[in-house]
Amino acid sequence: MNRRSLWKLEQTVMKVLMGSALLLVTGCLVLILGTVVRRGLSAMNLAMITQPPRGGYYTGAGGGILNAILGSLCLAVGATLVALLLGLPIALYLQVYAGPCGLVEMVRLSLDVLGGIPSIVYGAFGFSLMLLMGLRASLLGGIIALALVELPIMCRAIEEVLKMVPFELTESAHALGITRWEVAWKIVVRQALPGITSAILLAFGRGIGDAASVLFTTGYTDRLPTSLLRPVASLPLAVFFQLGTPFPVVQERAYASALVLTVMVLVISVFSRLASNRLSRYVVK
Amino acid sequence: MMQRQAGIRVRDLNIHYGSLHVLKNLSVDVPTNQITAIIGPSGCGKTTFLKSINRLIDLTQEARVSGNIMVDGVQVLDPGIDVTEVRQRIGLLAQRPYPLPMSIYENVAFGPRIHGLCNGRSLDETVEHYLRLVGLWEEVMDRLDAPAAKLSIGQQQRLCLARGLAVEPEVLLCDEPTSSLDPISAQHIEGRLMEIKKDYTIVLVTHVLRQAQRLADYVIFLYMGTLVEHGPAPDFFEHPREPRTQAYLSGEFS
Repeated sequence: MNRRSLWKLEQTVMKVLMGSALLLVTGCLVLILGTVVRRGLSAMNLAMITQPPRGGYYTGAGGGILNAILGSLCLAVGATLVALLLGLPIALYLQVYAGPCGLVEMVRLSLDVLGGIPSIVYGAFGFSLMLLMGLRASLLGGIIALALVELPIMCRAIEEVLKMVPFELTESAHALGITRWEVAWKIVVRQALPGITSAILLAFGRGIGDAASVLFTTGYTDRLPTSLLRPVASLPLAVFFQLGTPFPVVQERAYASALVLTVMVLVISVFSRLASNRLSRYVVK
Repeated sequence: MMQRQAGIRVRDLNIHYGSLHVLKNLSVDVPTNQITAIIGPSGCGKTTFLKSINRLIDLTQEARVSGNIMVDGVQVLDPGIDVTEVRQRIGLLAQRPYPLPMSIYENVAFGPRIHGLCNGRSLDETVEHYLRLVGLWEEVMDRLDAPAAKLSIGQQQRLCLARGLAVEPEVLLCDEPTSSLDPISAQHIEGRLMEIKKDYTIVLVTHVLRQAQRLADYVIFLYMGTLVEHGPAPDFFEHPREPRTQAYLSGEFS
C-alpha cells in the first residue's frame, strides 16, 4: 500500500470513529428525551405543575409536584448563589492575584479532587455538619450540601474563563494606575462576564439535578417551601420516590417530573444564553 | 547650550529573566517634553526597559530588577512605593490596542473617575477634551455608548491614547504603538504624539528606523541589552560614533 492510500484509510477510520462517537452522544440524548416524553406525556397536565400532592397522591390520587418544582428552584438558586459567592473570589485569586506557586497548585488539586467526589458523600458530610450545627433536614442544609457539590465545578469553570482574558488587557489596565482589586473586579470580571454566566449555569444544572446530596440534608415534604429551616421537596427525589411506587399511574408521573426538570434546565439554558449574548456586547475580542 | 533637565534618570539598571541577563548596567537620561526613541534590533531589551519605568515589569513573575530609575525626583524602583501612583504618572500606549471591555465613553472616563481627576470640569467635558486631543471626537461623538471593541483598530489605538492621557500622566511610554496599524492610522498616531510632546515626556520604543527619524528628538540605541549610543536625534543619525550604530543605521542588521 502506498502512502497516499494509507493516508486515505487513516482519514476514513478517523471519520468513522468520530461519527460514531457523535452518534452515540446525540443518540443517548434523543433516547433519554424520547423515553421521558413518551412515558411522561400521558401523566402531564396542568395540575401536575400548579398543585402540590393531595392526600393519596402516591397511590394515584390527584395533585401535582409544585412542591418539588419550587423546592428544587429554591435549593438550586440558593446553592448557586452561595457557590458563586465563594467560587468567584477563589477563581479570581487563583488567576489574577496569586502567581504560579505551590499553594495555587494545591488549591487547584483540591478543587479537582472535590469535583470528583460522589455527591452522596457530600450529602453524608453535609448531614454530619448539620448535626454539629444542630440543624435538622431543611432547605438550608440542602443549600449547604448542594453548594459544596457546585463549588468545584463553578471554580474551575470560572478559572478557565478567566484564563482566556488576554494578558495584554490586564497589563493595559494596570498601566492606568489602578489596584489589583480594581483590575480584577472592574476589568477582568467584566471581560469574562459571558463566560462566567455559562459557568454559573453549568453549576446550576449540576445542582438542580442532584438527588444524592439532598437526600439526607433536605428531606422531603408534600408542602410548599416556606422557611429555610424546614424540609423541602426536590424534583430528583420526586422522580425517585414516584418511580419506587408499585402503581403504574404514579410511575408515569415520575417521567412527567423528569420532563419538567429537563424543560426547566432547558429554559434556563436558553435564557442564560440570551443574557450572555447581551453581556458580551462590550467584550474585547 | 542649555543644560537639559532629566525627565527620567536611569542608573545601573539591570534586569534578569531567570538566568537571562536582559538589560546590562543601563545608565541614561531621558529629556523632558521631547520624544525619545529607543531603537535596536528585536530582543535587545527595549520593551523590558520601557516596562521597568512604570513597574509593569512587576507583573512578569521571573523578572528581577536592580538599579535606580528617577522620574521627576521619585525613585520608581523603590519597593515601598505605591505602584498605582507610579503608573498613574507614567502612562503606557501598548503595541496592540486593548480597549477596556466597556463603551467608548467609559473607556476614557474610567481613569478620571477612579483617580478623581476632573479639575472642576464635568466628566463629559473631560471625555470630550481627551477624545478631541487624539482626534477621535468627530468620529465617535454620536456613538459614545457603542462598545469600544467596535471601533477600527486604528481608532482603538487612539482611544487607548486618550484613555491613557485622561489619567494625567507626565510621562508617556509607547511600545511600538503603530506596529499593528495600517499606514494611515500609524500616521495619525505619529501626528498626535508630535502634537502632545510639548506637554509630556514621551519614550517611544520602535524598530522602524524611519519612524525614529521622523519623530525623535533624542535617540537611545540598545544592542543585546547594553546601551551602545545615545544623543540628540540629528547628531545621532548624521554622525553616529560607534561602529555598531553605524552598522545598524546603514541596515547591516535589524
